[in-house]
Order: sequence, then C-alpha cells, then structure tokens
Amino acid sequence: MKVLLVDDEKELAATLAERLSFRQIDADWATSGQEALKMAEDARYDLAVLDVKMPRMSGITLMKRLRERQPDMKFIFMTGHGSEEDFKTGSADASHYLVKPVKLEALVEKMKLALNP
Amino acid sequence: MLNKLKPAFWDHEDAAAGHYRRLFDFRSLWFQAVALTTFVVLLPLIFITIAEYTVTRKAAEDEILLRTSRFVSNTRRTVAFFLEERRFALEFIVRDNRYDAVSDPERLAVILDNLKRGLGGFSDLGVIDASGRQQTYVGPHNLEGKDYSGQDWFREVMEKGYYISDVFMGYRQTPHLVIAVRHNLPGDRFYVLRASVDLERFKRLLSQLEILGGGSAIIINREGILQTPCDQCGKSALEKVPFSVPEFAPHTRVLEESVAGETLVIGYAYLIDTPFILVAIKDKEALMQPWYHTRRQIIGFLGLSVFFILAVVVGMATYLVNNIYMADRRRVMALHEVEYSNKMASIGRMAAGVAHEINNPLQIIYEKAGLIKDFFTFKPEYKDDPRLLELVGSILTSVERCGAITKRVLSFARHQESALEPVRIKRILGDVLGFVDKEAAYRSITVTLDVDDDIPDFLSDRGKLQQIFLNLTNNAFSFIMEGGALTVKAERKNKRWVAVSFADTGPGIPAKNLERVFEPFFTTRSTKGGTGLGLSITYHLVQELGGKIKAESELGKGSTFIVTLPLDPGKKEA
Repeated sequence: MKVLLVDDEKELAATLAERLSFRQIDADWATSGQEALKMAEDARYDLAVLDVKMPRMSGITLMKRLRERQPDMKFIFMTGHGSEEDFKTGSADASHYLVKPVKLEALVEKMKLALNP
Repeated sequence: MLNKLKPAFWDHEDAAAGHYRRLFDFRSLWFQAVALTTFVVLLPLIFITIAEYTVTRKAAEDEILLRTSRFVSNTRRTVAFFLEERRFALEFIVRDNRYDAVSDPERLAVILDNLKRGLGGFSDLGVIDASGRQQTYVGPHNLEGKDYSGQDWFREVMEKGYYISDVFMGYRQTPHLVIAVRHNLPGDRFYVLRASVDLERFKRLLSQLEILGGGSAIIINREGILQTPCDQCGKSALEKVPFSVPEFAPHTRVLEESVAGETLVIGYAYLIDTPFILVAIKDKEALMQPWYHTRRQIIGFLGLSVFFILAVVVGMATYLVNNIYMADRRRVMALHEVEYSNKMASIGRMAAGVAHEINNPLQIIYEKAGLIKDFFTFKPEYKDDPRLLELVGSILTSVERCGAITKRVLSFARHQESALEPVRIKRILGDVLGFVDKEAAYRSITVTLDVDDDIPDFLSDRGKLQQIFLNLTNNAFSFIMEGGALTVKAERKNKRWVAVSFADTGPGIPAKNLERVFEPFFTTRSTKGGTGLGLSITYHLVQELGGKIKAESELGKGSTFIVTLPLDPGKKEA
C-alpha cells in the first residue's frame, strides 16, 4: 500500500508518515497541493489522505486534480473544521471524512477499509 | 372587574422604544381613535337631532298659533252673529210695528214673549221716547218712566242708530248687556227700542265651543273687563283680566304672553261695532304636550344611538389597537429572535473557528506523542520503561479529551443551517448534556439521561433540537441548587409522538407564573442576567418543529419541561 499524505502542517504530515511506516505502510508526504501533484506525476499512489483547508489549493480541488491523473486513487479527508459544505463534499466524494484530532488506529482502519471495501 | 376588562395594551410601557416611545403609546392611540371616530360619527347625528328638534318645535308652535287663530276667527263669527241676530230682531220689531203698538205694554209683552221663544236670551224690553223717558217697559223690574236722557248710551244710539253695551250689573244685580235701536218716525220724531240680553245665554254660547288642548274663550271689553267669566284665569265676569288688553287689529291675531310664570297663548279679535274683544286663552305648556312627547322620543333615540355608537366605537378601537399591539409585540419578538439567533450564530462561528485552529496543533501534539509512543512500542531500548509509556499515554488521553470538546463544538456549528435530516435523539441529548458535564461535576448536580430504546431515528432539524435541549438544560441548571439533579427522559408516547422531559430539582414555579414562562421578556432572573427570552425562543423553536412544549411545576419540588415532538413532521405540516 502506497499512501500520499498532504497537510499544510509539515510537522503533522512528516510525523504521520513516520508513524505509518512503523506499521508497514509506505507513506509520502507533501505540504501543498502543487507539491502533491508533482509527486503524483513521479509515483503511483493507492490512497491519498488530504487536509481539506489548505492555502492556495484546497483538499477538494486537489482531489479532483489527482483523480484526473490517477483515476483509481482513493481519498480520505482529514479536517480541523466541521462546516456543512466540507462535510457534504467530503462524505459524498471521498471514502472517509475524519475530524481532527484523528486517532492513528482509526486512520489506519479507514485506510484499509477504503482499499478493500 | 375593571382589571379584567382592561385590554392587554393598556399598561404597556416599552422601555426599549426610547426615542420612538410616542409611537408605541397604545393608550393615547386608543384615545385618539375613540375621540376622532366619536367626533366624526356623533357630530352629524347631534347636528341632525338639533335641526330636527328646532324644526319640529317650530312646526308645533306654528300649529298652535294657526289653530288658535282659526278658532278665534270662527268664534268671532259666531259671537258677532249672536249679537247681530238680536240687533236685527229689534230692527225688525221697530219696522214691523207702529209706535202705538210697541208702546202698548200688552203688545210689547207679547213681542218679548215671542223673542224669548223664538231667539232666546232676552230678559226685558223697553220703549224710550225722544226725550229719553221710558214710555213702556216689560220685564222683571219696574222701570217705566225712567229717564235715560243724560246717559251716554242714549246719546250714542241717537247718533249711530243702534247701541250695544258692555256687560254691567245694572239695577238687576246680574251681569247683562243692553242692545238698543233707534227708529225714526214721521217728522223729526224717533223712539228707541231697548232690550236686555241675558249673559247666561252668552256664556253658554262660548262654553259650547270646545277648545282643543284646554283653555277657554272669553269676551272682554276694551278696558280689559271680563264680560264672561274666565275659568282659565279663575276670575268671574266684570273683573279685570290678568293680562294687558291686546292692541286693536282688524283681523284675528295670536300672541304669547307670560302671566304668573305661565306662558299663555292669547288669540283675539275685535268684534267690530261692539265694545267687545273675543279672546281665546290657552296654556302653552298644555298645548305643547304632544310635542314634548315627540321631544322625549327624539332625546331617547339620540341617547340610545349615542350609547350604541360609543359602545361600537370603543369596542372597535379596543379591538384594533389591541391587534396593533399584538402585531407590535410579535414584531418586537421576531426582532429579538433574529438578534438572538444572530448572536448564537456568531458565537457558533467563533467557537467553530477556535475549535478549528486548536484542532491542527492538537493533531500535531497527538501525532508527536503517538510517535514517541511508537518508538517505545517498536524500539526495544525504550520498551522496558513503563513510566515513560504512562506519561505518553496521559498526553494522548488529554488530547483525546480536547478533541472530544472541539468536535462537539464543531458539530453544533455545522447544524446551524436549518434542514430536516434523520436524527437520533439519544445522540443529540448526549451531545447537549456533554456541555454541562463539567459544571454538573463542580456543582455536584446529578444528571441522568434515560432514553427509551424503541425511539426510531426520525426526520427533524438537528440544529433546532440541539438549541431547544441546550436552552432547557441551561434553564434547569440556572435554578438547580448544589447537590440537585436534572433528569432527562425521552420516551415514545405513541406511533406519532416522542416526549422529552427535563425535570429539575429547582425551587419550582408559582402557579401564577407557570402560564407566563413562555411569554417573551418574562423573567424572574432579570437581576441575574436572564433576558426572559430563552424559554420564549425555545417555545417558538418547538412550534417550528411542529411540536409542543409545556411546563409543570410544584413549588419546592422542582419543575418539569416536556417537549413533545412529531415522529413525522411532514404529516403535521400538511
């Protein structure tokens, strides 16, 4: 399983990637939409975990762009916000929608669910 | 009693109206409405009534004058005819009989007898020669040989050819009048036939003429001496009338004169060629009686109309002003509700913002601590120190708690837009009560949540439900003393309704306040920061959901608020 983590908080993305690697999950991380798109050109990912609110490019836009490049990619949203709009989009188009703070165990579980529904 | 009739707006004072208070002075609005309407409605009515009053009074008075005038005219004709008839009878006698015949006492006695039988009213007859000496006399007195030459009447009869006297007592001591005619004989000689006319006959003549509306007809002479008795003025013949003698007029005249506090209508006519004036006296008050009756009816009708108009005007004004007042209250209520929900929305947005901002660093702490834990778990060199693991575990637990709080805030903020969605009542109640967990713990308040298992998920507005339950919870908490309890129970009433009750152990609500607790601005906590809007807004929110809310309370034991919600809101609205 190859995972792409995108969050504008570098500390969060990096730590999360490291923790996932402890659990035998290969995770790359990026801190912006642009960076993530570039990475998606070079490698194939099974799953992307995206923050919804990010500067310049939102998680939702990023999801659409990534889908254009890799239509099979699955998505999980993580957000610190709970707005109605986010919730609707998140739950409609993505596999899962998680509100921060997210328990790692819960995240891992959702990731597995997303790949093997 | 009066208090019960008093409309709701009467004692209203809107402290908040401030500068525009004048606009919300419902009492003066009511007064203005009543005064203006009353004025506009009553003015023409009163005007018409006064006009009607004046016109009918004038008509009644004219009618009296006309009737009196007609009566006097008719009576004058009768009286004049009576006198002329007797004069002509005497004229006939002197023309029909030679002088030696009339001066024969026997013949004269026959003539007198014939006059009495044929015409009536005569009491004696006498023949007076040119020297004024009574030659022959037939009648009750012995007046033969009496000398009239020096008397005024004798001179008048010599000049005019006839004479009608005033009523006088004469030798007989009974009132009577005298008619005399002159008859010329060949040469310059002449004689006078003189007859006394009984006043009885005269009186009977007048009394036979009935006068409508009372009053009496009398005859006076030009000095105002009564020729016939006057019942109306309580005087007998030959006394002076109590009013002044009316001035001469060739035709009948009617005038009004005030005598001893009474207004008399006096109709009179001068009897030409006689010393008499025929007078009809009527009491004006008596004549006006029919009109007074009409007047009473008019005034009664006016009074009744005014009463009904006032009743309708006051009723309408009260109804309308009360409606305006109610509309105004609703307007104020709506404004406050908007203000309140705006405030709530702002607070919600702010809280959501704060929660969001906190969530990111929280996640970092969480992940960092998680990583440390991972190190401990996956790297054998740290694995054996249980204390470190415990410390990390406690950091993680704290973060999880913070997360629970921010998630709850966000869930509230998320449901501020109103929309029907399937809700699980247990979860909403749990969320709401979660907000007061800490406060309950600090104040040793026992919060019990008891939700029946057979309540299905149903369509409702999650945001509004949260708001309703939070308001009721906060309201209960503001009254519960330390060590008290709040019991929240949700049970299914039947197929269509679910009831959620909030029972507290507060001081309870007095019965007189119980029916007012849902009124806007009703508060017993105004000094402690209560706005008096919480329950009112709760009431409206429940109504918007198609539900009902009621309050039950027992003083000293506590209060229970019961919200009944429809399981199918669509059915209710249809």
